Amino acid sequence: MEIKKISKNIYEIPKEGGMKVPGRIYAGEGLMQNIEKDKTLEQVKNVAHLPGILKYSIALSDAHQGYGFSIGGVAAFDMDKGIISPGGVGYDINCSIRLLKTNLTKKDILGNQKKIAEALYRKIPSGVGRGSKFQITRKELSKLLEQGAKYMVEKGFGEKQDYLHAEEEGCMKQADASKVSERAIKRGIGQVGTLGAGNHFVEVQYVDEIFDKEIAKIFGLEKNQITIMVHCGSRGLGHQVASDYIKKMEDEYGFKNLPDRELINAPIKSKLGKDYFSAMAAAANFAFANKQLITHWIREEMKYLFPKIKIDVVYDVCHNIAKFEEHVVDGKKKIVCVHRKGATRSFGAGRKEVPEMYRKVGQPVIVPGSMGTASYVLVGTNKAEELTWGSTVHGAGRIKSRGAALKTLKGEEVKKNLSKMGIEVKSGSWKSLAQEAPEVYKDVDEVIKVVGELGISKKVARLKPLCVVKG
Amino acid sequence: MNNQKSNFKFLEHTADIKFQAFGKSLEEVFENSALAMFNSMFDGKVKKTQKFKVKAEGKDNENLLYNFLEELIVLFDGKQFFLSGVEKIKIKDGKLQAEVVGDKAENYEINIDVKAITYSEMFVKKKGSEWIAQVVLDV
Repeated sequence: MEIKKISKNIYEIPKEGGMKVPGRIYAGEGLMQNIEKDKTLEQVKNVAHLPGILKYSIALSDAHQGYGFSIGGVAAFDMDKGIISPGGVGYDINCSIRLLKTNLTKKDILGNQKKIAEALYRKIPSGVGRGSKFQITRKELSKLLEQGAKYMVEKGFGEKQDYLHAEEEGCMKQADASKVSERAIKRGIGQVGTLGAGNHFVEVQYVDEIFDKEIAKIFGLEKNQITIMVHCGSRGLGHQVASDYIKKMEDEYGFKNLPDRELINAPIKSKLGKDYFSAMAAAANFAFANKQLITHWIREEMKYLFPKIKIDVVYDVCHNIAKFEEHVVDGKKKIVCVHRKGATRSFGAGRKEVPEMYRKVGQPVIVPGSMGTASYVLVGTNKAEELTWGSTVHGAGRIKSRGAALKTLKGEEVKKNLSKMGIEVKSGSWKSLAQEAPEVYKDVDEVIKVVGELGISKKVARLKPLCVVKG
Repeated sequence: MNNQKSNFKFLEHTADIKFQAFGKSLEEVFENSALAMFNSMFDGKVKKTQKFKVKAEGKDNENLLYNFLEELIVLFDGKQFFLSGVEKIKIKDGKLQAEVVGDKAENYEINIDVKAITYSEMFVKKKGSEWIAQVVLDV
């Protein structure tokens, strides 16, 4: 495959054959070598074939092979000629990150890591094959799907400020619970308030370094402060919404003209396209509500351990989502459909979507690292709107398969090594620990450096883990 | 679990689970695909305390396999059913009927959450006298 270097950190796959636009990869040289090892670039090329795609098919510096779209993939589509694709959002709809800040500092936590990890592990259902202790009726679940985080707050599980500090204010208004199948409901009804497994986690961290004092202050962050990060998604309900609409779209539109069956799609303005968007929004709201309930449980448990603790939401960002957003196309402002699959919105100052208290500087972007490494808080930029449809990276990105991890790593040792570094981990499964060990991920510092150089987000603070609860 | 590795094998994939399953008939390759999927979540012995009937339809073999495996994921999420074997399986004219046995998932240390079946790199084909299926699971 031909790859042209355009400038530092920018590579292009020239348009050829059925490609409607070129491919663009935003990565440094070292990361580019990783990206070239699997099928990421082929997937970037495949996405470039889709009807109505605008400017480029994009992969960000944490990209790796997915299915259909690559992970770390971004693409925008024309509202009239373009498509919406469940494979461009991913199965875990609104797999996302919420960051909480506290009034504790590192010294309050040191020595108590084990106790905290165990307490949070007991409180928050994690892992697979275990249901939630939260019971909800079918009728109430429909309300939850249309109201997101607000539903939970109104039931007493949180404060209004929580959802006001979230992307979409914790609720995608276009959600329509009647577009979610009974099968999806069946999968999700017992999973409200569960973390799930894989790379999902709750992590207690401390602010290790501040890079931009002024913006950190606006985000409410300072050195040595304790933060808590929650990573989870829409669980079985979201997975089933994706599967359901992939099948419906295949029945209606087929896949003969597609380079990959996983790229099945529907025109944005078709009935099916609209139905999928409404169902996707409902699944996104499930994820917002899920994190809200988990936030409540974290508050309860931490309050028991630290009676004077105060916990507030910094921000809540979506990683797997499609959005209708205004962007500049050929010099004109236009609504387009942006797909972000394993990518984070990174809106800069002035955008109306950014909560008022952050609008002067840009939105907080929360990028989790792997278990042993740092996570980052970045700020969105106007440059991201120019280069990447207002998007940036979502994490470190995997480099090693789960199978390869199990061959070389043991969960027990991963835990022991992290413990030596002062990080206490609690997980229901040793294997799950090995599969998510720090070694299987790219160097998050390098990923962050590249997005900084590109200007698609800027460093504000670095967070280091103290306690981790793994799904 | 009927853990005969020769009935299926796992292939390298950066983020997800990719396997190939084999069989002398279409039924057998479907059965082994189901075993491979559950083996990726837990590879120890699983008791047979529960039985479910499963039905699926498909426009082609890939679509049928996708739908069959999805039925099993729905049972897993909805009923916490962990499959240990396929007792009966019949496929005719794109319609599948099967009886699956297994146990409550909470009795095992499951390390992977299979979110969905994908069409990515999927195929079901006959090579000589052997059937092969390839599936990538989103985890």
